[in-house]
Amino acid sequence: MNIPNDLYYTENHEWISIDGKEAVVGISEHAQEELGDIVFVELPSVEEELDQFEEFGVIESVKAVSDVFMPVSGVIVEVNEDLMDEPEKINEDPFGSGWLIKVEIKDKGELDELMDSTEYQAFLEEE
Amino acid sequence: MKRTALYDAHLDSGAKIIDFGGWEMPVQYTSIIEEHKAVRNKAGIFDVSHMGEIKISGKQSKDLVQRLITNNAAKLTRGQVVYTPMCYQDGGIVDDLLVYKLDTDQFLLVVNASNTAKDLRWINKNAEFFEDVEVEDKTDDYSLIAIQGPISREIINSLLEDDISDMKFYNFINTNIAGVEAIVSRTGYTGELGFEIYLDSKNAIEVWKTLIKEGEDKGLKPAGLGARDTLRLEKALCLYGNDIDESTNPLEAGLDWTVKFDKNEFNGKGKLQQIKQKGIQKKLVGFIMSERGIPRHGYKIVIDNEIVGEVTSGSYSPTLDENIGMAYIDKEYANKDTEINIRIRKREVKAKIVETPFI
Repeated sequence: MNIPNDLYYTENHEWISIDGKEAVVGISEHAQEELGDIVFVELPSVEEELDQFEEFGVIESVKAVSDVFMPVSGVIVEVNEDLMDEPEKINEDPFGSGWLIKVEIKDKGELDELMDSTEYQAFLEEE
Repeated sequence: MKRTALYDAHLDSGAKIIDFGGWEMPVQYTSIIEEHKAVRNKAGIFDVSHMGEIKISGKQSKDLVQRLITNNAAKLTRGQVVYTPMCYQDGGIVDDLLVYKLDTDQFLLVVNASNTAKDLRWINKNAEFFEDVEVEDKTDDYSLIAIQGPISREIINSLLEDDISDMKFYNFINTNIAGVEAIVSRTGYTGELGFEIYLDSKNAIEVWKTLIKEGEDKGLKPAGLGARDTLRLEKALCLYGNDIDESTNPLEAGLDWTVKFDKNEFNGKGKLQQIKQKGIQKKLVGFIMSERGIPRHGYKIVIDNEIVGEVTSGSYSPTLDENIGMAYIDKEYANKDTEINIRIRKREVKAKIVETPFI
């Protein structure tokens, strides 16, 4: 299982990568595998402001509907429009071209509530 | 939780297992879409051993079967199968099933896994009206393998004792496959050319492996319940628990062709006749989404802010690359080309009623 070590993870299997005040959010390899073929994505509007762990979108596979939640509070600065036509990118490259949103982070302190890759690995083994 | 005789073979093939009606069943092996396309273009092999098999025998077996089902089993000759709803007296559907005429005074009812116990109770209750009938649950004796898709016949034919090139839809034979006894019927739940193989559970793994070995180079893939669901939906075949249940009747479900009012008394006949005369209130229709969104079971249908129906099944359609669904809709709106809205989460998303099957 691919779990990049430069990312933070949530218990709901989102990942977040930090670059200064801006962050990119997606779902983990494990999450896309659990969902199966992803065929629909609903993402928030740019400039929307959302709280940590608030729902920001929906990912649907053939069989399942799954909400996705904000790893941290922030303002949406960009959404991955390519996923509208090619949601399968999340299956193919969940940590790369299958990213979901870019966020301007409000409070980096919130990252303390997330898991690093080692903790996430352990979390997956427990689950 | 129950497991079929093929459970270990599924794990070996990397299946993802889910709970389905109390059974641990493969929902997919690699990808639902891939498996779906294999069935439409080549062939897929399914373990459907969770289906219930109920044998009814005895001098009055035909009378009991006729009382239970809305379709007509009296016309069946040995080697024929009929699809039918089984109704309560109020016309609600107990289950939908296949009736195999095994022999004079011998019928095999193949029922939905999650309904097997309920069906047995209902059948036994009805059997009290007859002296010479025997009802037996054969679910654990039989394994059931479905092989479906355009090349299914050539794969299966090479392993059979008999030639099935000329077998007609809804016919079956008792034969040998890979050296073991089996019932092979030309039936299925995918809308493709396909066959279902009933065999002794102790032979299931052997035959499963032999079929895969025979077919994999030609494009045969193991397929799970996920693909089974999208395949049947594209052909608008009803799924019990989704599209039909005890609160719906065969007339609303568009299964009129399976209700034979010209045969003698059967459970629900009076009530269904009444419904037919008065006219149905709602109707099961198919629709395609015109805007982005996937319809799912239970979503409401809205026209002019009024709820006029409810989605019973919905999915992405791999063949059409569109999102499709079935829904009960108030009779007055249940017409082809009618624009409807599906309430998906907080939004209303446009869709249009179409003729079924979808493909």
